[in-house]
Amino acid sequence: MKTQNKTIEKVTSQDYQYGFVTDIEQDTIPPGLNEDVIRLISNKKDEPDWLISWRLKAYNNWLKMNEPDWAKVDYPEIDYQSMSYYSAPKDKSDGPKSLDEVDPELVKTYEKLGIPLEEQKMLAGVAVDAIFDSVSVATTFKEDLEKAGVIFCPFSEAVQDHPDIVKKYLGSVVPYTDNYFAALNSAVFSDGSFIYIPKGVRCPMELSTYFRINAMNTGQFERTLIVADEGSHVSYLEGCTAPMRDENQLHAAVVELVAHKDAEIKYSTVQNWYPGNPETGKGGVYNFVTKRGICAGSNSKISWTQVETGSAITWKYPSCILKGDGSVGEFYSVAVANNFQQADTGTKMIHSGKNTRSTIISKGISAGKGQNTYRGQVKIMKNAENARNYSQCDSILIGDQCSAHTFPYIDVRNPSAQMEHEASTSTIGEDQLFYCNQRGISTEDAVTLIVNGFCKEVFRELPMEFAVEAQKLMEVTLEGSVG
Amino acid sequence: MLEIKDLYVKVKDKDILKGINLTVHPGELHAIMGRNGSGKSTLANAIAGQDSYEITSGDILYNGTSIVAESPEERALAGIFMSFQYPVIIPGVNNTYFLKAALNAKRKHQGKTELDAVEFLKLIREKLAVVEMDEKYLHRAVNDGFSGGEKKQNEILQMLTLEPALAILDETDSGLDIDALKIVAAGINNYRRDDRAIVIITHYQRILKYLKADYVHVLINGKIAKTGGENLAEQLEDKGYSWLDN
Repeated sequence: MKTQNKTIEKVTSQDYQYGFVTDIEQDTIPPGLNEDVIRLISNKKDEPDWLISWRLKAYNNWLKMNEPDWAKVDYPEIDYQSMSYYSAPKDKSDGPKSLDEVDPELVKTYEKLGIPLEEQKMLAGVAVDAIFDSVSVATTFKEDLEKAGVIFCPFSEAVQDHPDIVKKYLGSVVPYTDNYFAALNSAVFSDGSFIYIPKGVRCPMELSTYFRINAMNTGQFERTLIVADEGSHVSYLEGCTAPMRDENQLHAAVVELVAHKDAEIKYSTVQNWYPGNPETGKGGVYNFVTKRGICAGSNSKISWTQVETGSAITWKYPSCILKGDGSVGEFYSVAVANNFQQADTGTKMIHSGKNTRSTIISKGISAGKGQNTYRGQVKIMKNAENARNYSQCDSILIGDQCSAHTFPYIDVRNPSAQMEHEASTSTIGEDQLFYCNQRGISTEDAVTLIVNGFCKEVFRELPMEFAVEAQKLMEVTLEGSVG
Repeated sequence: MLEIKDLYVKVKDKDILKGINLTVHPGELHAIMGRNGSGKSTLANAIAGQDSYEITSGDILYNGTSIVAESPEERALAGIFMSFQYPVIIPGVNNTYFLKAALNAKRKHQGKTELDAVEFLKLIREKLAVVEMDEKYLHRAVNDGFSGGEKKQNEILQMLTLEPALAILDETDSGLDIDALKIVAAGINNYRRDDRAIVIITHYQRILKYLKADYVHVLINGKIAKTGGENLAEQLEDKGYSWLDN
């Protein structure tokens, strides 16, 4: 099965590469952001008028907003006029010709993660010959999805082929007025995924496995929209355990989820963008992400699971609006801040329906000079009778130069609410390491053992295959964090 | 098997061991007795390689080779096991998983194939029976929520599973009720073999009723003040340590 999945990934990635991407002209817009640039982006994608005007409204709104500064992260000021907001897909022939030309450190990491050679080449941007005998495998998968009535395509394609659904839901969960980065994304978003699951359909496959590597090319302003119609079910996984090279330092993605009556969306993320130079912290990705889902119908459920190990800065609060009566929101998170990484992440659970339930399990790991912050809000609105929340925030510190912070905000406006909050902070102690050492377990293996034990409750929420990879990822991420 | 030569050990700038000499041959069981603070645990930790115990002079030889420069895991992989006086809690890490990781690290070191989950479970069930532990302990986190006695039984379980050549048992009998004491003693006797040696550190003579000690050493103020046979332990029980002072 594993081999088959790998093959599928290769095939689908190629399909993507030689599919719609090559249709776009090879050019770049000069740096800077103004209305003309937005029109140009929109024109290049041949977008309908309503979308152009939506982008422009978002842009004008963004101009009036200020970059938020409440998060516990420090970074030099971002010059938004120095960036280019449209870059055509890179010509692969300019990239490295073989893995010998790729940074050996990167290749070493791929090997540690056990990534197959062909996949390594793709991740490192080496031009790969498009010769496959198994294109039929991918086709079968596509046919299965079509048969079920599931729409799963790049966002830009959905704008062309399913404009009504896109128009109805775009910005319905995260309006462009929401925050600075969401407004910027709305104005200039590049591409992303679009998923629609029709009434009563259980998506026949884990969408993650199918399109994993594709996500690579979606660019720095990714836009994802998932709509699960009544009684449907979908599980989606974004990201990749392999570290990805990216020239773009700023990433501002928006993800919107809509779950109708009795529908369930499970959204899992593994984020491993370049965290910056381990000695200086320079060059890492700034990841400012807005993710939110609405449980619009009764008894619907949205579950977020994230494993955040990469990026220099992570600013991310996947949230649930529990509007439907009896709806359920879940947030399971592992966030790592090693070396010079700064993570400020958590969730919001907004209970407005009756008998709504939410669960928050957050595991923060700080090592090196890393700074890890959990920031969460649980809000019980006036009419949310019998709402329940359980929050658990655990932090683990490795070494004595890192830090962990917890900011849980609780706002209860209905006296029938039941709230539980547990928090803990621990360290990996010398005594634990010595105990492991005395049993023949090396210090590095001991750290991995302890950290994976710490993260267990979150890892078991991940799709099986990824849970194993996530453990491996922790090992590589924390390598050398104990002297 | 173990040869300690004129060993001096410092902890936080304080001299604890002041010239220990001890030779342990395969098949032997040595008991080291002494008051609190006499240096018993320091000796155990120095052999295991805990790095806050600084060896200022002397040497520790294991199978004829000095091990003082080796890391704790190198010593462990070479066959030295220490049962902890205070077994450490590792929250979240499943006891089975921990034991399996330890056993496979050792097997890997010995060039053997690693055991898979099924093979391991078969092995561990046999060992559990020896220390009369319920299988539920396998699914709990390492020493987390274990009673004093359960922790010590768990240490013996680890010893039986890892099958070291030399076992240093640091106050494995303290805090045990009479039933647990018998179980732990049975575990130690089960482990005992002609090619294995045991050094047991204890305050009391009571566990020695169940184990046949070849030698009893009394540690006073960082030195071995007296060495004898089993009857020395009995004498100590009657007369107390002050009998040997001066």
